[in-house]
Amino acid sequence: MTEHVSIVGAGVAGLTTATELVARGVSVTIYEKSEIIGAHACSRYAGGMLAPWCERESAEEEVVTLGKGAADWWSEHTDLVVRNGSLVVAQGRDRNELKRFAGRTSNFKDINSEQIAELEPDLAGRFQLGLHFEEEAHLDPRKAIAELTSSLKEKGVTFELGSSVNPKLLSGDVIDTRGFAAQSDLETLRGVKGEMLLLHCPDVVLHRPIRMLHPRIPLYIVPRGDGLFMVGATMIESAERGRITARSMLELLGSAYALHPAFGEAEIIEMGVDVRPAYPDNLPRVTRNGNIISINGLYRHGFLLSPAMAQQAADMIAKTNTYGEVQHAHHA
Amino acid sequence: MPTFYGTEVQNPLLLGTAQYPSPAILADAVHQAEVDVVTVSLRRESGNDRAGQDFWKLIQDLNVKVLPNTAGCHSVKEAVTTAHMAREIFGTPWIKLEVIGEEDTLQPNVFELVEAAHILTEDGFQVFPYTTEDLIVAGKLLDAGCEVIMPWGAPIGSGRGLENITALKTMRAHLPDVPLVVDAGIGLPSHAAQAMELGFDAVLLNTAVAKAGDPAQMAKAFSSAVASGRDAYNAGPMEPRDMASPSTPVMGKAFLS
Repeated sequence: MTEHVSIVGAGVAGLTTATELVARGVSVTIYEKSEIIGAHACSRYAGGMLAPWCERESAEEEVVTLGKGAADWWSEHTDLVVRNGSLVVAQGRDRNELKRFAGRTSNFKDINSEQIAELEPDLAGRFQLGLHFEEEAHLDPRKAIAELTSSLKEKGVTFELGSSVNPKLLSGDVIDTRGFAAQSDLETLRGVKGEMLLLHCPDVVLHRPIRMLHPRIPLYIVPRGDGLFMVGATMIESAERGRITARSMLELLGSAYALHPAFGEAEIIEMGVDVRPAYPDNLPRVTRNGNIISINGLYRHGFLLSPAMAQQAADMIAKTNTYGEVQHAHHA
Repeated sequence: MPTFYGTEVQNPLLLGTAQYPSPAILADAVHQAEVDVVTVSLRRESGNDRAGQDFWKLIQDLNVKVLPNTAGCHSVKEAVTTAHMAREIFGTPWIKLEVIGEEDTLQPNVFELVEAAHILTEDGFQVFPYTTEDLIVAGKLLDAGCEVIMPWGAPIGSGRGLENITALKTMRAHLPDVPLVVDAGIGLPSHAAQAMELGFDAVLLNTAVAKAGDPAQMAKAFSSAVASGRDAYNAGPMEPRDMASPSTPVMGKAFLS
């Protein structure tokens, strides 16, 4: 049994893996290039939706099998999980998008405008039809990163901040969770650009993530509490990390305004951009190369799929392959 | 088989590469349907330093002909700049020229389209213009040096099929020797077959395959449909008539009118 493991990268993949390893009695050191945990991780800009059934619309079934335990995992390790489900709506002219979404997904209820009003009074009268995914959940990603970090510190995990180490130069068992920064070592990894907005809009109260469908500009809004909303996110086949375009903001703000006109008066708190690391099938992988285990390709599913990936990696380390079924679901 | 600017293409189904659940599923669709030509957008992906290259490399790895496009361009200047970048990245003079005129219908701005086509053909590009079914515009595009015309079937992504069959037939009749491609608006394989039955040389589509439940299976369905439609056109379809025309002899039976 391994006693010490080095993890490179303190994003959502690194911290969930550390949590799983500590639970198995392994001592852990985490190396993070940034001085502040989370400052340069793409999980900083995550939606924090634990929505495997909704994600199935544009992803393969594995996202559901690997992701449906995520809400329980995060509930076990943080106090942040809100289990109010997700609501999917579309404007009248895009009603066929709702049919398409329903045809591609499962585990939801068709609801009418009265039921939408019961769930979200502020959306009363705005949509005739919707889909309610009751078992889905959401959390605040930045708070989740902070909570995992502090509980890992309490459990004796060492954090080496501002330390840009090359995993290949570390000895012993190493887990590489650098995300897109590991691209030069992982041949087929690519970046998919995403831009998001943080709005303050006390005039609107929402209780769950809302997805508003559109043939070209699908939008989600996740309530963060205290009148804050995360609005996202663009999906662009580009590895550009640092440029938020006017068009993207125009689209996100236009859609938010279409969801509820009060967003027109919202304060823009933050605009963010980063790239999601993805493999060609847009599914994550745990791979081993000598003493280095790599967890990568979490794509747009960092908070949803990192618990399952962390368990696979931790099992690989502990050599007790109790999650074999999950592991075999992956073709490397 | 359709020939574009001297290059013969085996499969008259041309496929867009956007909106698939993943690049792996896109590759599967292209291979299973034995597609020969794919179109790829660059405008939004390129960023400041051509940051879309990971995806473009995946496209190049498909080992098919790439028809880069100027999707997302709203002016002559944008389209011309994007075309130049496309030529450098993909090393091809082919460019699908798209100049969007209206955000809601995504219909082409045919005035700017003709202007951009002039500039690009003079610069050595082989332009595939995305246009409407308007015959005068098609003529202007040919004057500008285009050797392919790509009229829409219906607005991009609408899946409505061929909305103006008469105009498409007219275009085919007026331009018997120009390769014609129905581009956009196709929702079902039957729409694609219909375009081929009218004598069009090829069909270009994206959403109908990318957003299908099983994109690879849908791509195969489209591939068979365009093959059937082309065969039907080549075989010389019958002309419809108003009266029934029994295929068995009616001699000796009472004739009731």
